[in-house]
Amino acid sequence: MSVTTTGHTDPTMIRNFCIIAHIDHGKSTLADRMLEITGVVEGRNMRAQYLDRMDIERERGITIKSQNVRLPWTGENGGSYVLNMIDTPGHVDFTYEVSRSLAACEGAVLLVDSAQGIEAQTLANLYLALENDLQVIPVLNKIDLPAAQPERYAEEIAHVLGCEPDDILRVSGKTGQGVRELLHRVVRDIPAPVGDPTAPSRAMIFDSVYDIYRGVITYIRVFDGRISARERIRMMSTLGTHELLEIGVISPEPVPVETLGVGEVGYLITGVKDVRQSRVGDTITNERQPASTPLGGYRDPRPMVYSGLYPIDGSEYPLLRDALDRLQLNDAALDYEPETSTALGFGFRCGFLGLLHLEIVRERLEREFDLSLISTAPNVVYRVELDDGGERVVTNPTDWPTGKIGTVYEPVVSAMLIAPSEYTGTIMELCQSRRGSLKGMDYLSEARVELRYTLPLGEIIFDFFDALKSRTRGYASLDYEEAGEAPSDLVKVDILLQGEAVDAFSAIVHRDKAYSYGVAMTAKLRELIPRQQFEVPIQAAIGSRVIARETIRAIRKDVLAKCYGGDITRKRKLLEKQKEGKRRMKMVGRVEVPQEAFVAALSTSDNPNRK
Amino acid sequence: MPSTLPDGDPAPPDGSLPASALASLGDRALGFYVHVPFCASRCGYCDFNTYTARELGGGASQLSYVDTAIAEVRLAAHVLGPDAPPLETVFFGGGTPTLLPSEHLAAILGEVRDRLGFASDAEITTEANPESVTARSLHRLRQAGFTRISLGMQSAREHVLGVLDRRHTPGRAAAAVAEARAAGFEHINLDLIYGTPGETAEDWQASLDAAIEANPDHVSAYALIVEDGTALARRVARGEIPAPDDDVLADYYEQADVALAQAGYLWYEVANWSAGRSARSRHNELYWTGADWWGIGPGAHSHVGGVRWWNVKHPAAYAGLVEAGRSPAHAREVLGPQARRTEQIMLGLRLRDGLSVSLLSAAGRRAAEEAVGYGLLSRVEHLGGRAVLTLRGRLLADAVVRSLLD
Repeated sequence: MSVTTTGHTDPTMIRNFCIIAHIDHGKSTLADRMLEITGVVEGRNMRAQYLDRMDIERERGITIKSQNVRLPWTGENGGSYVLNMIDTPGHVDFTYEVSRSLAACEGAVLLVDSAQGIEAQTLANLYLALENDLQVIPVLNKIDLPAAQPERYAEEIAHVLGCEPDDILRVSGKTGQGVRELLHRVVRDIPAPVGDPTAPSRAMIFDSVYDIYRGVITYIRVFDGRISARERIRMMSTLGTHELLEIGVISPEPVPVETLGVGEVGYLITGVKDVRQSRVGDTITNERQPASTPLGGYRDPRPMVYSGLYPIDGSEYPLLRDALDRLQLNDAALDYEPETSTALGFGFRCGFLGLLHLEIVRERLEREFDLSLISTAPNVVYRVELDDGGERVVTNPTDWPTGKIGTVYEPVVSAMLIAPSEYTGTIMELCQSRRGSLKGMDYLSEARVELRYTLPLGEIIFDFFDALKSRTRGYASLDYEEAGEAPSDLVKVDILLQGEAVDAFSAIVHRDKAYSYGVAMTAKLRELIPRQQFEVPIQAAIGSRVIARETIRAIRKDVLAKCYGGDITRKRKLLEKQKEGKRRMKMVGRVEVPQEAFVAALSTSDNPNRK
Repeated sequence: MPSTLPDGDPAPPDGSLPASALASLGDRALGFYVHVPFCASRCGYCDFNTYTARELGGGASQLSYVDTAIAEVRLAAHVLGPDAPPLETVFFGGGTPTLLPSEHLAAILGEVRDRLGFASDAEITTEANPESVTARSLHRLRQAGFTRISLGMQSAREHVLGVLDRRHTPGRAAAAVAEARAAGFEHINLDLIYGTPGETAEDWQASLDAAIEANPDHVSAYALIVEDGTALARRVARGEIPAPDDDVLADYYEQADVALAQAGYLWYEVANWSAGRSARSRHNELYWTGADWWGIGPGAHSHVGGVRWWNVKHPAAYAGLVEAGRSPAHAREVLGPQARRTEQIMLGLRLRDGLSVSLLSAAGRRAAEEAVGYGLLSRVEHLGGRAVLTLRGRLLADAVVRSLLD
């Protein structure tokens, strides 16, 4: 269908770039316009093509990412260039994946909405790009909008990048204005890839997607040597070896090619069915003539946040297990193992990259697999040094050591917050209340400020984002990345019903917050748990020390006032219904707790479990 | 709005019963219930199937009701057949049966006697409102064959009667008891309601004292329930008056049990106290022991040999079916062994006589032992193989039933 299908292009004619942008800043529209202007998709077919693509995915059974695409482009000098546009995942939990996408490029287009200005996530990714020595092309998008303020935001970007406001391109992804100029700038400013074509082959995996028809589709960037169809390859970190069934390029449909050489970007299919066998960041080499050292930067996916996932209907446990198995095929970072809770029954302890990853997984389980789930309060990973010199890594509050505890370490993050400067005080208050320490502050412009904090990750997963948004009327943006660990005065607070700990409510909290957690949780449960035939004390305790207590008084009356001839059928049906309801009761010792009480207690607004 | 009927299976238009239900007729006592669906005015708390003249409109008048009722009595006699045993009990309930002229009640009762026959010591009860009877009308009812009268006293306090929309004055119920005794009624019951918004413990004690003072041989006491769809429910929803508090209702129940026991009335069902075994309501005992009865009238329920059915609710619909020679049954259910056992436990446990522990499953027996431990079932009775509620257990009867049904 076009000249892009020949494969093996002279590296000097290749430009690899990604687009760094905040959600809604117009990345997809700009990408579509590039497809159109480069002739990959004809203008009048643009919309239809876009829809067709969805059908192709279904019919041909291949997952196409529109942004991992190879574009032919004739430069100002008349040369025939190949531009590879590489997608970057758009969320804070996927910083590692973003870093791998960036590592596959020599340059980045920094795309900023000229009505919104730069946001925290964009800035964080920009810093990542600069760390990877990418050539950055700053661009203001949506200049066609009436609300656009390109002068103002050009100042802002110039301030951040240390360039001149005049150097910043102004485009409209919607109308196409300035997009040709942008493509010329990509050719002019971004360096061509450099590699050794004669060395043993090395290619980096920057994305890996499971497709139900073809198995895992792996996106790669070749650094050295060449990858040829039908050779055997080796994954240098996982050490798996595979026969290549197909290699190709995306333009915008998958087109098989014979070889991929230095600097080229494409896909490969080996027939593996699980993305964990083809991991983002891993280096691919030829099995018979392997490279001696992998490309740098590979890292095993490491869960940062843990939560228990339980089916509300216990009989759906096998369905949940199957659903997690299925999701894991396409999500190398998802980690889970069976767990039993006295309160919630059978479920799974799941590890996630972050809170959003958790929410995505949960939503997919509920939407795609039609499961109703309850998730326990998320927690981070703690490292506990014991007095006897031992050490324990705690991913579940129930594993908190009971004996003498030395120092406890919790993960911390470097967070970046960007907001209109009038909210500076509000944000500082919030961060302070979440045990943050201010690391720096910069004015991006007179009106907008960038704040840098070190914060415990455990505080961020406690509805931090909600609190930030509501206190800044939605104007603040947040990004963060891991920044090691720090010692902290943490304790485990247990919630006891009639002296029996309810595992689902145990939480690791800072000592200063233990009391308020205990008071809030006991009060909430007192409201939610129906009165029993006996008095039920609800206690919050640190070890054996009770810090808060509520009492559910014994129920005294549970009897129908009258039961005569006309009441019998109805009363019997009511009993049968109540018996059904009783099956959904969970027993904590002698206390009957309706499932709904657990659901409500774990999902109300002051609970971390909310979006 | 009167409460809604349960769902069920279709009932045959001719009112016929399965042979299996009729086969055992005579193994159990047989009773008869006559529903009179009329009231002079609707009380704000009431969700019974009853209608005022204004609510009723055309199509079914109080005065033609006697003929319709008699037609269903004939249908009952036809379906039950010649082998039916004579009736042990008859009960006229409502509504306000005494809103009908005494001769109409007498005519219906006469038809029941002629068609089905009475056992020699049959108990014949009618409900009445204190203000709807006089010394003369009570005399006529006694002459017609009624042996027992149940009077809706509810309270001795004017402000309580006011919230309940009751029309009688505080002293009227006691006077009616005296008149009924003078007319020769063997058994007299007073109905009381406790927990009405605004009723204090002193008010409730005054009502108990007044009832005891009137010296009936039977007292029923019911916690006020705010039923959906009633005027009372709307007032509670609007925040005009508070909903009854369960803990207060429990206090008042205990207060009633003490006062009545001291006066010689002992509980024999959760909401019923009598002066000795002979003063118990034999008709109500039919309901609680799984015996048979035929109920006539709109919305009336019946039970014969494991088949329960209930009539259409509205008097006009009822009259239309009966006058067309068809069964007025709206739906029915044939009880399986499981449902029968559930009913036996659910009803039996409410009785002072209790139920035999041998009826329970293994899990149910374990639950009974636990309930003894929690002080909900009598330890002494349990040793004798029976499950009998303690005072605390009576207040938690439904919870105990649920546990025994495991």
